[in-house]
Amino acid sequence: MTNSKISFKKFMDMCFKTSEPLEKQQSQCGCETNDKFAKVNSFASESNQACSSKQCGCSSTNSLMSKKVNRRQALSALLGAVAVSCSTAASSTSISQEKDKKEHKKLEWEEYFKGNYRLMNGSERKKTIERLERISELKKHNATISGQLPQKNVLYGYAFNISKCRGYQDCIRACVKENNLDRKENMQYIRIFEMENGNLNLEDGKADYFHEVPKDGHFYLGTQCFQCDNPPCVAVCPVGATWKEEDGIVVIDYDWCIGCRYCQAACPYWARRFNWQEPEIPSEQFNTDQHYLSNRPRPKGVMEKCTYCLQRTRKGLLPACAEACPTGARIFGNLLDPNSEIRYVLENKQVFRLKEELGTEPKFWYFMD
Amino acid sequence: MTLLSFIKAAIKTSFRGDKKYIFWMSTLFFFMFIGFYCWTIQLREGLQVTGMSDHVSWGLYISNFTFFVGTAAAAVMLVIPAYVLHDVSFEKTVLMGEGIAVASLLMCLAFVTVDLGSPQNIWHMIPFIGYFNFPESMLAWDVVVLNGYLMLNICIPFYILFCHYQNKKPITKLYLPFVYLSVFWAVGIHMVTAFLYAGIPARPYWNSSLLGPRFLASAFAAGPALIILALDAIQRATQYEIKSSSLDKLAMIATVAAQANLVMLVSELFKEFYWPTEHSHSAKYLFFGYKGYNALCLLVWTSISLNVIATTSLTIHKLRKNKLIRRMSCLVLFLAIWTEKGMGLVVPGFIPSPLGEMVEYFPSKIEIFVTLGILALGLFVFTLLAKVAINIETGKMRLIETEKTGNIKN
Repeated sequence: MTNSKISFKKFMDMCFKTSEPLEKQQSQCGCETNDKFAKVNSFASESNQACSSKQCGCSSTNSLMSKKVNRRQALSALLGAVAVSCSTAASSTSISQEKDKKEHKKLEWEEYFKGNYRLMNGSERKKTIERLERISELKKHNATISGQLPQKNVLYGYAFNISKCRGYQDCIRACVKENNLDRKENMQYIRIFEMENGNLNLEDGKADYFHEVPKDGHFYLGTQCFQCDNPPCVAVCPVGATWKEEDGIVVIDYDWCIGCRYCQAACPYWARRFNWQEPEIPSEQFNTDQHYLSNRPRPKGVMEKCTYCLQRTRKGLLPACAEACPTGARIFGNLLDPNSEIRYVLENKQVFRLKEELGTEPKFWYFMD
Repeated sequence: MTLLSFIKAAIKTSFRGDKKYIFWMSTLFFFMFIGFYCWTIQLREGLQVTGMSDHVSWGLYISNFTFFVGTAAAAVMLVIPAYVLHDVSFEKTVLMGEGIAVASLLMCLAFVTVDLGSPQNIWHMIPFIGYFNFPESMLAWDVVVLNGYLMLNICIPFYILFCHYQNKKPITKLYLPFVYLSVFWAVGIHMVTAFLYAGIPARPYWNSSLLGPRFLASAFAAGPALIILALDAIQRATQYEIKSSSLDKLAMIATVAAQANLVMLVSELFKEFYWPTEHSHSAKYLFFGYKGYNALCLLVWTSISLNVIATTSLTIHKLRKNKLIRRMSCLVLFLAIWTEKGMGLVVPGFIPSPLGEMVEYFPSKIEIFVTLGILALGLFVFTLLAKVAINIETGKMRLIETEKTGNIKN
């Protein structure tokens, strides 16, 4: 699957081409220049008619600065102008195709300069989602991307019944499909460990078993992201590309991640995955029901992780893994609701968590019947 | 105008040299070019072209980054005697030390950059335009201290050389505060880099309070060793006068640091193996192999043997005073610490994984070529800086008075 990123090479190309046309524009000030910048301003989310042809004469940069645009938008607009004037030069294929291509480029350009999703306000979030949906449409994927906020008074928790799991791995398959995971590299968020009876040491478990299950004398234990309440991965991120949402889910802004993989080193549960290459998903299996913070397609070179399927759970559905489990080993619910099943498990069963001594406060418990 | 003529003269100096110099620089440039080409492949294909995986997510790049932070910090071992203690014998060598610091820091920044999955997003780190997770993330701290140290190590020598170029005496009061700052900063860069690892409870192999001090000890052994090698090379290639007493003192510093480093190694080994716990699995993997996986055993034992041999021969006065043996010992010590503190520290931290899975790491060809390219970059930068500095100090590159008056007339 492809991404909404302009590749580094393209970026560099555009940067190097910057100086020449910019000088030309400044030297021959007049209506033409203003037209160009009127176009540019429509890029920046705030204003459309910064420098109309009537007020001709004012220098184009001034018109930009007089509007209240933030640094990033100004930069985007300035460079965008150059990019557009460059791209107009090349044209060969049919008009509509060319138009789509141009629009695609323009959208990707704007996406490149957007901010951190956590810090965006409502309208900025709406705009980036609109752009991403349009890009998806241009790519003929037609995904709908939601920006649904966390529900009030909800804190998600998960419980895993060790005595019920039979190691069928239906959860893994459902997860891969639901979350548009990379099929080429066979990426999986969930790991099911086959453990010998009498030993709870994960190190002795086997996550890569290929035989009929359940195997005699064994039990099965699943791991995934535990959505820690005190997540070490969030603290270490140098750019704040990952954070904990109100409903307790640790999410990643895929477009903000720089791919340093410090979070991957910091996670004590090995829950984070990196896109070592451009992810590939067969188009017939592409899940178009997406959320900005979860299962929308990821570019190469960024981190991703389990989000308890927040595209589903925020709508009141179960995560795909919990829904797919044929044995009922997976219990999911709202920790703040005293009548929820998860609360029943926590209050009536003997539960434990992995590596509690690290102080990460995972919201994922194990229990036995 | 003086600045302009300085830059002009510096460029002129760096492009001119005898055949040997041209050959050396073009060889380095060739490696840099190959490295850069391999990096473009990596950018196009993604980090799948490296040997890294979700299990071992940092490899050769970050290993080298960690090590060269140390050689950068080691410049302080020349700065303290030269500027703070006013030891005359170090006056000439300190500029070379600072050159090594600049070259090392550039390598560090390059290693981090090539390790990024999305380097085009690096602007996200710029405060105000992007978002800089400071002071929470130790990586953010590292960015601050490394760039700050780079600035200090560019500005101080630049000021001094620029004054010398103008045939003036640098004003001590003006630069000495920054020198003091750089002394603390040098310790800071290496401690912060150690904290980058030590602050991760998920990886018990790194999560040790000894990591920071051990980083410093190994840096102050490997760094001066590298500086001695560089000064030896400079002495042979140019007429630049380097007092042998300064080399002796440097060798002494390297020796003491190497001894301290070995003591800490013993302490570490004792803790891991007297009563091995679950947290000792990485060390077990590194030194003896674990569950049938032992890719790093040969590397680490070679490194430790070399380390012991070099430290011993440096410790014995007679051997250390012998130039050839000193040179060899420094080289061996440098290589030993490089392997042990690079790959030997970073990779076993990931093996076994936090869930106990065993996946090993072998660097790919692309990774090796990119690494070689960056090492060539470091040597290239150092050679340029050293050449300009030497030409100024020996009086070959100086502002000519007539030229100066001519400029004023204009």
